Formats: sequence, C-alpha cells, structure tokens
Amino acid sequence: MSCKKEWIAMLLAGGQGSRLYTLTKNLAKPAVPFGGKYRIIDFPLSNCVNSGIDTVGVLTQYQPLVLNEYIGNGQPWDLDRTNGGVFVLPPYQKSSGSDWYTGTANAIYQNINFIERYDPEYVLILSGDHVYKMDYEKMLGYHKEKQADCTIAVLQVPMEEASRFGIMNAYPDGTIYEFEEKPPKPKSNLASMGIYIFSWKKMKQYLEDDAKNPNSHNDFGKDILPAMLGDGQKMVAYPFEGYWKDVGTIDSLWEANMDLLDPKVPLDLYDDSWKIYARNPVMPPHFIAQGAVVQNSMVTEGCSIAGLVDFSILFSGVTVEEGATVRDSIVMPGTVIRKNAVIEYAIIAENCVIEENVVIGQRPEDAEDKDSWGVAVVGNGVRIGRGAAVAPKSMVEKDVQGVQ
Amino acid sequence: MRENRVLGIIFSNMHDTMLGELTENRTTGSVPYGGRYRLIDFVLSSMVNSDITDVGIVTKQNYQSLMDHVGAGRAWDLSRKRGGLVILPPFASRGGSGIYRGRLEALRGAMGFIKHSNAKYVLLCDCDIIANIDLRGMINEHIKNGAQVTMMVKNAQVQPENLRNITTVIYDSEHNVTDILVRPDVKGSQNVYMNVMLVEKTLLERMVSEGISHDHYSLIRHAIQPSIGKLSLKAYEFTGYSHRVSGLRSYFDAHMELLSTEVRSQLFPRDLPVFTKVRDEVPVKYGLSAKVSNSLIADGCIIDGTVENCVIFRSVRVGKGAVLNNCILMQDTMVSDNTHLEYVITDKNVLVKNARTLIGCDTYPIYIAKGNTV
Repeated sequence: MSCKKEWIAMLLAGGQGSRLYTLTKNLAKPAVPFGGKYRIIDFPLSNCVNSGIDTVGVLTQYQPLVLNEYIGNGQPWDLDRTNGGVFVLPPYQKSSGSDWYTGTANAIYQNINFIERYDPEYVLILSGDHVYKMDYEKMLGYHKEKQADCTIAVLQVPMEEASRFGIMNAYPDGTIYEFEEKPPKPKSNLASMGIYIFSWKKMKQYLEDDAKNPNSHNDFGKDILPAMLGDGQKMVAYPFEGYWKDVGTIDSLWEANMDLLDPKVPLDLYDDSWKIYARNPVMPPHFIAQGAVVQNSMVTEGCSIAGLVDFSILFSGVTVEEGATVRDSIVMPGTVIRKNAVIEYAIIAENCVIEENVVIGQRPEDAEDKDSWGVAVVGNGVRIGRGAAVAPKSMVEKDVQGVQ
Repeated sequence: MRENRVLGIIFSNMHDTMLGELTENRTTGSVPYGGRYRLIDFVLSSMVNSDITDVGIVTKQNYQSLMDHVGAGRAWDLSRKRGGLVILPPFASRGGSGIYRGRLEALRGAMGFIKHSNAKYVLLCDCDIIANIDLRGMINEHIKNGAQVTMMVKNAQVQPENLRNITTVIYDSEHNVTDILVRPDVKGSQNVYMNVMLVEKTLLERMVSEGISHDHYSLIRHAIQPSIGKLSLKAYEFTGYSHRVSGLRSYFDAHMELLSTEVRSQLFPRDLPVFTKVRDEVPVKYGLSAKVSNSLIADGCIIDGTVENCVIFRSVRVGKGAVLNNCILMQDTMVSDNTHLEYVITDKNVLVKNARTLIGCDTYPIYIAKGNTV
C-alpha cells in the first residue's frame, strides 16, 4: 500500500478527438499542440500541480505513443515523485479477462485498484480536452463546505449556446436538482465543464453498480451523475469564472489559439504564480531577420523569421523565409515555410514543408463562397509542392505535387 | 568505449577578473549569454554531446548562481546514479584556505574526486570560450596518436587589446607541441590555446602531487611547459566558430556575432543541442506596434516597441514606443514606454523607467548592473 493521499486526480485522456481529423490521426487529442509550446494536457496537469495534487492517473487508450513519451516520468510538471507522481494507465489484462475502456466511468472502474492504493478521501475527475486555468483546491474546499457527494464545476455559457452542453439546473445554494444532456430548451445556462470531485467511497459504490448494469453506457454524464441524482445524493454545482474552452474541433482549436493574442481574453499565460508547464524544446532563442515584420503574434524558441507574420502563433523551430506571409494561422513545431508562400486562416501541423509560392487558405472577406469557407488544415509531415494551392476549409493529409 | 572513459573537469571561475562587473556576483561559468544560456552551458553541452557523462565543476567563489543554474545537472541529463554532475567547492584544509592561484592548485581539492573515477582520461576545460565542440574528434585523435597530453588550439588573429590572458602553442607538422607561450607579445595569426586539454588520468595525478610538493600552482607554467620534449604533447586544431570572452567589449561583440545566421548555425547545430536550465517560459508575444529586425529573442518576452540588432533574454518587457538599438537585455529587464536605448547592456532585473534615453557606443557599451533602476 502506498502512502495515503487526501485526494488524487484521474485524467481522462483516451479520447480520439475525431473532429480534429488529420491532427489526431496519430496522436490522442490531449497531445495536440497548443499555444506555441504546449500540448492540451499541459493545462490540466499544470492545474493539478499548482493546486497541490501530487498523484495523477492519466487514462489512455487511443494512439497513446506520443502522449506516453510526452508525459514520460512527469518531470516537467514536477510529478516525478517518490510517493505518487504521474502514471499513464492504459487498459490492461486482468485475471477475469481484458477490456478496452468502454466509457469514461468504465475507465475509472477498471482502475479502482490504482485509486485504492492511495486510499483517497476524494477523487478529482478531469478531461484532457480543455484549455483553462483553475485552482482545484478551491473547488475541493467548496465540496467539503457543502458536504457534497459530488461537485461539478460549471461555467455560465450564453443561453443560445446552452443546448450544446450538459446543463446543470441548480437551486441558488448550488444544489443540483436536475441534469440535462444537450437540452433543446435549456432551463439554465450552467454548463458542466467535465470536472468532477467525488467523495471516493460514494463514487466507488456507483462505479461498481454501474459496471453490473448491462444497459449502461459506462459514462459519467449519461449514467453515473443521473444515477446519483436519482438516489438523492448531494450534488452541487461549483461556479467557475474565467477562461475555459473545449478544443474539440478545428474551429475551436483555431479560436482558442487566437484567443491567446487577444488582450481581452482572461487566460494569462505570463502569470508566474500559475505557470503552465510543458516539456521544453532544446532550442536557441528565435531570430527575426532584417526586413521581417512580426506583429500581434506569438513566436517560440528555435524559430527563424524573415517574412511577414501577423495574428499568428508559431511553435518552436518554425522557419518563415523571405517574402512569405503567415496571417491568422497556427504553425506547429518544425514546419518550414519557403519564400513567397502565403498562408492565411490555416493550421499547419508539425514538420511540414510548404514550398515556394504555395497558397494555403484564404481570408473570409476574400472568399467567393462564404458558406464553404473555413480554416484550412495541413496534416503532420506533409509537403506542399511549389506553387500549389490549398483551398480554404480543405484538409490535406498527403503530399501535394507542385505546379509549374 | 567503456575502457576509454573520459572524466570532464570544468573550471568555473578561471577568468573572473577579466569580466569585471559581469562577474561581480557570479562565476565566469554563470555569466548569462545568448538570450537563454550561461557560458558554462556550452562546455557542459559539448561534453554531454561527446558522451562524457562524468563531470566535475571546480568552483572558487561566488558560485551560488552557478549552483542555482546547474542544480543536479538534470537539464544536461547529468543527474545520474552512476557518474553525472558533481560540484567541487573549494576545499579548505591544513595548508590552504581553498582559494587557489591556478588550475594545478585548484585540482588539489578535486584529487579525491579524480582518483575515485575509473576514467582513463581527464578533459580539463574553462568556461570562457563560446563554441559548440564535438570533443569526440579530439579524444579519438589523442587515443590514435597515443598522446599523453593533447591541447586544443584555434588559429586566430591576435589583436594587441585581447592579448591579456592568452596562451599560444607552437607545433610541427606532426602536431607535436614544440613551444608554449603564456601571455606572449605577439600579434597576427597565432595558434591560441583554447583552455581545453585532454590528459591521461595517471599523468595528471602525478603532476598534481608533484605540484603540491613544489608549491606549484599553474598547470601550464609548472607542469606542461617543463614537459615539452619529454612527454608526448600534441595539438588539436578546432576550426569551427568560437569566441573567447575576454572583457565587456568582447562580451558585447560576441552577442552581435550571434546575429549572423552562419554563426548561429555553427553554435546551435541540430545534432549538437546546447542545453540549459529550463525556465518554463511562455512564447514571446509581439504587440500590434512591435517592430523587430535582426534580433535574437528568447521566450517569455512581451515586445511592444522597436527592437533592432539586439539580443533579448528571457522574460524581458519592452514597452510601447520604446526604441532599442544594438542592446543586450538580460533576463527580466523592464523597458518602459518611449525609452530609447543604444549600445546598452542591462544585467538581470534592471528597470529603465520614465522614457529615459541612454546611448553608449560600439567600443564602449553602457553596462547597468543587476537589479538597478534607471
């Protein structure tokens, strides 16, 4: 038995993120690069460490290689501990057989033994799909104060968008009386953020009951929470104020990155008291050549820029050659953009080569057909040949031949 | 490889007096350089990239900043159970205060560490040279030649003003060293000793113990020079980019050289990365009014002003309307709105307020010491 912990976190990182298409072809959604030098999982992991949680189980299933390598021994997040630390938990074979994780609740159910090793009072359930900064310790304080069995972090969303979320209907004191998954006519605008604190004894009981139910989806939102509510367990909504974004689609990934450039968006990465940690690339500072123009952008170490960069996010080791233009775009690590290429409203994944005079994407105001306009995406390691054009909203997974 | 193990020894304080105010509160090895590095990062990374994983750092004074920087050596992958990084603080004992006069004397305090190592060779390096060296070439040459001592040299034009503190090596076509001159009165093309030496461990142990009995302290003057013609002394020429930091002006010039793409490609090749302490900084944010040209900028900065021909370290803030030309701003410098700086070096945590104008010149850059407010 390991040393007892008051609370531990379980991070659900097995999602495929199928709506990110080519970007998640070879890696799980939590490993998608974000914000110049991060991956999405850096946000919940850093929040954990900054909130005083030293034991985190990361549940993986889909394409875990990049994620496993990235998390490693947890050292970048200070989670290489003698007692506790970060653990990658893929499905494994048991004496009774082996199963994939069939749902979020099932993933936790299959790791009851892991959790019991730490004998925690509380378990924090997180997902690896969201970008936000949050002090979970305050949420735990709220959970204790309300003597709740389950606390769900909620965010006020615009009423017209509420039908896209799981909505919590709560009394003014925070007690939840109803839970509606994507309601067509929402009664409130308190959306679940996918962050739960459970009192472990209660949770364990519900996980075990759920596993016995053959009709269950083994999902927190669909099964566990409604079952607990139905039994009259004390469930409270913890109101969160601040920036929170699900980056599950191409558009929301693009927007969340661009939000970093907006001074009005309350996601301050430069706050030393709540740093977001990441595995750092070993590269020299970036170089901006004579004649380059870089404005309203984020640029990371190892970049070399001789062209124009405007309203864009460049990850580490990106090269933008002379005469090239990158506007309103996200360029992931190691990509090279050659002379006179024009990239607008695009996401270019890792280690691509964009040859001379290539045109990728378009500004919405320049598009002839506004309805079919969207952010263009170029997948990992793709080479776009000289002079080729990539239309807005297209998704390129294979090399594109150049044109004369 | 196992039987040809090399132990690395780095002298962190060797050129402190040359660097004046830069080393007032730190060692030569911990002088910040190139936006995110300290001078010691280059030699330490060269060693690690050359498979030298047992490294001792000899210190003398002011080494708190050095300890803070290297820590347990994790950034260089030197936090090991077998070998790894060891800091060798000055060793005060009977017959000495621990404050040494030269490398030979400094090694007295490190003798226990050296004797305990199972390496066959010892590589002795200083921290004043900025270069990315693949040391495997020199080590292989040394073994192939059956040399007892190999000294690394660099052919360079020697100017009278940087004569202080250099040693030149004269050798024949077989690379046998025929003479060594300490602080010679020479100029023009010379083979300058790079303060990198590979020596057989047993020989080094003998030199140090003989040095103790004769109260000798200088490795070159008292141990190597008298051995010319007696030992197999070889020279190994390094041909890549290097810069010896010999003073504040040379420190400034070394930064301006970094703005050359050619220099950067030699100093930061992909396959020989330069490691340094991780600070978990955010990427640089450029504002709407930012204008940047020919500059090297490290992570964590927020730039809203005009920056030209500068090297900017981590977490520097440059306000709106500020104009910077030919400046070196170290970590956490704050330059407020509408400030104008030319040829200025700010040390860490400097604050330049109230739209001040400070103008130095290329031969005499202004230096603002750590933590000051202008």
